[in-house]
Amino acid sequence: MELLAFGDTGWGDELFYATLMTIAVSITAMFIGFLFALIFTPLKLSKNKFLNFIANSYTTIIRGVPELLVIYLFFFGGTGAVMFVASIFGYNEYIEINAFITGAFAIGIISGAYSTEVFRGAIQSIDKGQFEAANVLGLNKFGKFFKIILPQTLRLAIPNLSNVWQITLKDTSLISVTGLVEIMRQSYVAAGSTRDPLFFYSFAAVLYLLLTFISMKLINRLEVKYSRGY
Amino acid sequence: MDLELMVNSFPKLLSAAVITLKLLSVSLIIGLFIGLFFAILRLNKNIFINKLAYVYSYVFRGTPLLVQIFIIYFGLGQIEYLRSTVLWVILKEPYWCAIIAFALNTGAYTSEILRSAFQTIKPGIIEAGKSLGISNKVVFYKIQIPIAIRQSLPAYGNEIILMMKGTSLASTVTIMDLTGVAKYIISTTFKPIEVFIVAGGIYLFMTFIIHNAIKFLEKKHSFN
Repeated sequence: MELLAFGDTGWGDELFYATLMTIAVSITAMFIGFLFALIFTPLKLSKNKFLNFIANSYTTIIRGVPELLVIYLFFFGGTGAVMFVASIFGYNEYIEINAFITGAFAIGIISGAYSTEVFRGAIQSIDKGQFEAANVLGLNKFGKFFKIILPQTLRLAIPNLSNVWQITLKDTSLISVTGLVEIMRQSYVAAGSTRDPLFFYSFAAVLYLLLTFISMKLINRLEVKYSRGY
Repeated sequence: MDLELMVNSFPKLLSAAVITLKLLSVSLIIGLFIGLFFAILRLNKNIFINKLAYVYSYVFRGTPLLVQIFIIYFGLGQIEYLRSTVLWVILKEPYWCAIIAFALNTGAYTSEILRSAFQTIKPGIIEAGKSLGISNKVVFYKIQIPIAIRQSLPAYGNEIILMMKGTSLASTVTIMDLTGVAKYIISTTFKPIEVFIVAGGIYLFMTFIIHNAIKFLEKKHSFN
């Protein structure tokens, strides 16, 4: 237990901050994923074949390639890409991008592919009559989307989005290969310096279990809130 | 774009893909048995046995695969007692550690898939078997299991693809699988995009084959 003491003698405070980091990366990645879903879901549902193709390639490639490979692409390729863009604007110094941003972006793109599929499924399963009724009521495009379609989409999407959240949360453990100090990386460091890997990795597993357990409880509340009236 | 690098790295990555497929197939076979075992425990009416199986699947589904591999590869070696037993022959090999972790992980998901498949079997089918005078055991093996397997094919197909992506984590415990070799080439040539295209292409091709194989099986064994 003294291994988990707070302060200089133990790893308690380090692991606590690492847990906060995991939560921060997961939420950022989930949010970036939503932005991607916001772009690609309409493309998936559009009648234009070319736009369909773009959105389908995005979700197929990301869901068919290992997460670790995507992270390596961003980790090794991210700096080059940013420097290339900067060089167009005449900036030629070396730029190092933050591990947090690279990691959150890589996981966000992955999470976005799953979210896109969830939103597509949810919108497609809304009864056609709802769209027609909104038209009949004379609502404009915004009113139709925000008052009629979105609330129903959310109700249908939340159970599946909670799966996406679980996947995203667990995927953040892979960012440890880039050196960002989250739960996995901190456990690796602690295990290395105390030579007690069994304890620290098991403790990491407990932390992840706690995170998934607590987030499930919170999401269940959301689910109840959005299924009022059903 | 460095086409030459892409052409040169292709055979290396392809031979690494064989290791990925080996890891995948061995862990899927072991995982299927683990999954079936725990799915049957989940259907048991004894609350203790039931909870035990639930805790197993909850723990393995609630923690990242990376943690599981690290506990087995780095953690178990720490126990002095284990080092003196026969098990150590297996546990000192990163290859087997990775397979144990993958099998336990996919076993947890498979047990959930099979459990829900067993629960959706209509009671009438089992009753029909019983009324024909078939024993409980034969009803289970000849009626319930085949129907459950058919029911769970689509979900299990997804699980195979997820597991194939999961095998990439073997590269973190020094195994040179497809991702391991890809990372090695990236870090020596600093050409991430080219290598990603080739390695990702191989992964996508494997996903494509698995996806279609499952679709074919689903069609072949459909009820109508």
